[in-house]
Amino acid sequence: MNSISSSTIPAAPQVPAATRWWLLVGIGLLCAAPWVAYPMFLVKLLCLALLAASVNFLIAYAGLLSFGHAMFYGSAAYVTGHVAKLWGWDGALAVVAGVGIAASLGLVTGILAIRRQGIYFSMVTLAFAQVVYFMAMRLPFTHGEDGLQAVPRPRFFGLLETENTLVFYYVCLLAIGFGFWLIHRTVHSPFGQVLRAIRDNEARAKSLGYQVNRYKLLAFVLSASLAGLAGSMKVLAFSLATLTDVGWGTSGEALLVCIVGGLNTMLGPVVGAIVMGSMEHYLAGFAEWVLIIQGLVFVVVVMLFRQGLVGQWQHLLPWAAREKDTGKETA
Amino acid sequence: MDSILGVPLVALVGQVVIGLINGAFYALMSLGLAIIFGMLHVVNFTHGAQYMMGAFVAWGVTEYLGLSYWWALLITPVVMGLVGLLMERAFLRHLYKVDHVYALLLTFGVALLLEGAFRLKFGISGEPYKNPMTGGLDIGISFIPWYRLWVIAVAIVVCLGTWFFIERTKIGSYLRAANENPDLVRTFGINVPRMLMLTYAFGVALAGFSGVMAAPIYQVSPHMGSNLIIVVFAVVVIGGMGSILGSVLTGFGLGLIEGLTKVFAPDYAGVIIFIVMIITLVFRPNGLFGRAE
Repeated sequence: MNSISSSTIPAAPQVPAATRWWLLVGIGLLCAAPWVAYPMFLVKLLCLALLAASVNFLIAYAGLLSFGHAMFYGSAAYVTGHVAKLWGWDGALAVVAGVGIAASLGLVTGILAIRRQGIYFSMVTLAFAQVVYFMAMRLPFTHGEDGLQAVPRPRFFGLLETENTLVFYYVCLLAIGFGFWLIHRTVHSPFGQVLRAIRDNEARAKSLGYQVNRYKLLAFVLSASLAGLAGSMKVLAFSLATLTDVGWGTSGEALLVCIVGGLNTMLGPVVGAIVMGSMEHYLAGFAEWVLIIQGLVFVVVVMLFRQGLVGQWQHLLPWAAREKDTGKETA
Repeated sequence: MDSILGVPLVALVGQVVIGLINGAFYALMSLGLAIIFGMLHVVNFTHGAQYMMGAFVAWGVTEYLGLSYWWALLITPVVMGLVGLLMERAFLRHLYKVDHVYALLLTFGVALLLEGAFRLKFGISGEPYKNPMTGGLDIGISFIPWYRLWVIAVAIVVCLGTWFFIERTKIGSYLRAANENPDLVRTFGINVPRMLMLTYAFGVALAGFSGVMAAPIYQVSPHMGSNLIIVVFAVVVIGGMGSILGSVLTGFGLGLIEGLTKVFAPDYAGVIIFIVMIITLVFRPNGLFGRAE
């Protein structure tokens, strides 16, 4: 970001007043939600939404399709769970530790992965995720097939007692909300605009003097950290981190949520998480059908509703498509 | 002279053979991926599931129809080719015009669907498949089952045959031309959409064929495909999908390296291919045989 002065790039557009009102309504609804729905279910949706949003951010604003975000989500879950359970760390510190490990992992894998583009990038991230999966299977502190169990809910900042489900819900809402706010800020910052320029025309961005790979790497690390934040909150919520969290199925699920909600839209991951999370909740008794249904949803959405639910909504109601120019025209 | 670097020669020979067998599958699979990618610009995520399906078709041919392995070897690629044909017609064809991401997501979805369906029908444990060739070759220091030699030999023949077909025949030259400039080739009256369809069908048939070959060696199980495909993706990243012979060589080479790792550093055998991938990314980011993207 060092090479950009504010004069070369137009200031990010102000959020329109109507959108602000909708935002307030949304926040109000989220605060009131635990009185309507089971709080832990909402926490699950929030974590899924942030994981998907981290993947979506990379696709929409950096043009990078990651097939390996489970490694950030899962490793953060393991580390947060470990420091909270065995070392008795404060909740906030445990989350920071988890996000830290996800960011470091993002830095190391990112440096290598962004050396390839397009489809190769996806395959490289998938391969790295598989290495992390192998490590999770073999390292002692992850407890292999059993997973890290019975992680206690720690105190946050020494005073918030999160054993109380409602308190935990609000802590989680704050953390996940911070993640979404960060994505929003990044997308509407000069940095976000450069990312978009790179996505649309990498050669031109390069010729304008931007250190393309540095921008991509920063975006990748940010995305990894956000996926890590989702994983950290998830392990504290359900006191469990397992191999499933680092497996490729989790990366696939994140992509599924993105595409159901609509790739390249800000709200897509949230809507997708609500739909897919609820679907899984009601299909809990049919575990063996989950893969089939996920596959079917993929096929149906790709063939018939490529824009996803939010994209379709914006398509039907043009006035709702204020952020249209931020999304890549892919369909 | 019965050990090298403290490793018994018997174990070494055994692992080299196993390595070459794994390499044969890496080669066949990455060859199929490379052909499909070269023509359709789609990375076929379903490749692993199609390989698994091939193994199940072979198992079904023997179990339900009572036919031998040799019939399965003949029937399966045809069945899988038809499956590929249908999949291209029904789905992929409609996605060429949109962002390639969607084709990737579609093939991933179909892979989930297939794996889920087979898991529902057959469970996780899988089915055994009888070895069609008993006995083996006694080379003094070690004993190599015939079937393993057969797999290696057939894989080499199929890979070279495919290379010859694409690089040295007239139809192959049409394929390569359509890859460079589909519109121009169409103006010569060549039906490019049909060529794309047949290419995909051929790639899928190749995956199915690998599945039949694998059935007697590995357990026929619903997750055999997803386990293999991730490693094959790493192989493809290392070799690059630009060259057919390149993918074949990379496949066999990596299988061999993996086999040797099992002897000399067994702890790393599971990840050695990924380590090679990292080294390749550092020193030759475009892959060993890849061109700049």
